[in-house]
Amino acid sequence: MKLTTTKRLERLHDRYANGDLSRRTFLTLTAAAAASAGLSMPWMGRALAAVQEVRFDGWGGTVQDAIDKFAFQPYTTKTKIKVVQGTFGDEDEIITKIKTAKPGDYQVIHSSGVNYYIKYVNAGLTSEINEANIPNMANVLQPMIEPFRKLTPKLSAVPYDYGTTGIAYNTKVISPEEAKEKGAALLLDKKYAGKVGGYSDMTTRVWYAALATGQDPNNLKDMDAIWAKVRETRDLAKKFWSSGAELMDLLSKGEIVVTDAWSGRVAALQDQGHPIGYLDPAGSYAWMEDMLILKGSPMAECEELINFMLDPATSIAVAEGQSYPPSLDPNKVKLTEKIEKLPAFDKTGTMKSLTFADPTYWATNEDAWTKQWNRISKGA
Amino acid sequence: MLMKRRWTLYDPRLAWMLVAPVLLLLIFFLVLPIAVMAGYTFFTFVTAGVETSALTTANWHEFLTDSYYSGFLVKTLRVGAITALLCGVLGYFPAYFIWATTFRHKWLLLLLLIVPFWISFTIRTFSWINILGEQGVINVALLKLGIINEPLPMLYNEGAVILGMLHFLLPYMILNVYVSLESIDRTLISAARSMGCTSAQAFREVTLPLSLPGLAAGLLLCFVLAAGSYVTPQLLGSGRDALFGNLIYDTIMGELNWPMGATLSIVLFIVLGFFAAVYTRYMGMSQIVKGLGG
Repeated sequence: MKLTTTKRLERLHDRYANGDLSRRTFLTLTAAAAASAGLSMPWMGRALAAVQEVRFDGWGGTVQDAIDKFAFQPYTTKTKIKVVQGTFGDEDEIITKIKTAKPGDYQVIHSSGVNYYIKYVNAGLTSEINEANIPNMANVLQPMIEPFRKLTPKLSAVPYDYGTTGIAYNTKVISPEEAKEKGAALLLDKKYAGKVGGYSDMTTRVWYAALATGQDPNNLKDMDAIWAKVRETRDLAKKFWSSGAELMDLLSKGEIVVTDAWSGRVAALQDQGHPIGYLDPAGSYAWMEDMLILKGSPMAECEELINFMLDPATSIAVAEGQSYPPSLDPNKVKLTEKIEKLPAFDKTGTMKSLTFADPTYWATNEDAWTKQWNRISKGA
Repeated sequence: MLMKRRWTLYDPRLAWMLVAPVLLLLIFFLVLPIAVMAGYTFFTFVTAGVETSALTTANWHEFLTDSYYSGFLVKTLRVGAITALLCGVLGYFPAYFIWATTFRHKWLLLLLLIVPFWISFTIRTFSWINILGEQGVINVALLKLGIINEPLPMLYNEGAVILGMLHFLLPYMILNVYVSLESIDRTLISAARSMGCTSAQAFREVTLPLSLPGLAAGLLLCFVLAAGSYVTPQLLGSGRDALFGNLIYDTIMGELNWPMGATLSIVLFIVLGFFAAVYTRYMGMSQIVKGLGG
């Protein structure tokens, strides 16, 4: 939907009325005054129509391809607003870039849920969304929104999809029966020494060590045992991957035969015909992703984009394309059979079958654990 | 009567004016960023992505007292030295061949040296995955020929990292040695031969000593570039094969700890700068400039 000048003015005025002043404040007031007086100036139209593109940064690969094809391209066709895209392999990388850029250079981030949301909040990078501008948020699963709202009552992000980091294995080497029997212990099976992989990420490594030591990942009691297990996996591992593309490359080329892996990327490999199996062991690491609007972004356009992305037709198409279930509530929106078969899909809409990381608990330990993991990953 | 001072050919003011643009570039794009980084080393890390300007020496204290960092530094210098030495050994012969050949189109050989630079460095590094991997060219060929039963573990280890760096650095070494050889007066070799030296003796007594400045320049260049490398260990090595550059990357990009990352960056800068300074003291920088300039 192309924003009309009137609609844009209404929204900008709303934002001003809500106390959400931006660099456009002057423009808003001038334009609103001019509109109310029935006046218009030649430069106004150009200035108001200045936002012709929105910047988006995501995970690249099959995930971003799906978002681009099913959301951004139709959005651009409809609104003439171009979505300029960038990619990152690790979200900390993009946070570093955002910190060194000026507000507005980076606008919408496909972010890794509440764990990362805290980082943006702490660094003062978040904005305040006017939820009235995203009516499709009504269809989003409330259990996904709540953790964000606990951190900032006025949201800066909207949940968009979710998935799990389960166990992927090469079915030519490991049978589904063996995988089911061993579950997360496959990552510590000496039989596969030198053929094991894993995500080079502290949370994933600590999470799977917690499962291996029988501890609750959201309430770890024995960190020494955790780090011992992390080292054990490291010693068996051939390579810890750092991006979805690298994960797919290692699995498809047979460099590794078992790894923890993102469910959607495994589904993409299966679609390509690779002999890769996937299972979510008990307590598998569940995560959600959100569309985060950064401070200094053109809010009206970004909200409009997210509303478009959350439109059921768009969201379903993206979900099928990227192989991750959407954040839409299955009790409110009829989802397709393909989505219902995706790994990690929760048909109840309560998300109770999935174990998410407690953001406050993990945020408290993040600095120390990341440092320790970085050392262990390098042989310490 | 006062005479208005005129510009002369060697007027210092003219010299300053000519050098001013370069000086400004150096100040804004080299000195200032390094100074900012140096300042950052005294900032206080609060949490991931958050630091304050409250001054502290905690980062330097951590670096100096934690053996993890010094161990990494030693390992990085070791890998850098091995890579540079291998470059020296492997690079000398092609350089000598290009210099000594009577092939009419010598320029073609020199062109071949720089052809790899036309391809992205990252792609060149990635290409080794398809060569050394379990399903790479070497393993597949050896398996099909029945020479091996299991693929050889050639990727994601220190050997692969050094190989990747050799691939990237060898042209620098060859060019440096070649330039050095080119500056040798060939009549000296003829003189040595006419005085009874064999070819091998002439090489050992005349050519090799006179080409040493180029070899040393190449060694320094390869060592500094290898020790500061980040991409090659990231792509071709495992976590254990990370170098100091990877440590800096992880500290800044992974832990979002800029003060500590800045400290490590300054350490690497000082250490590599020390080696460059020692080289300059004894050999001078002119050889490297000649080598890079062709």
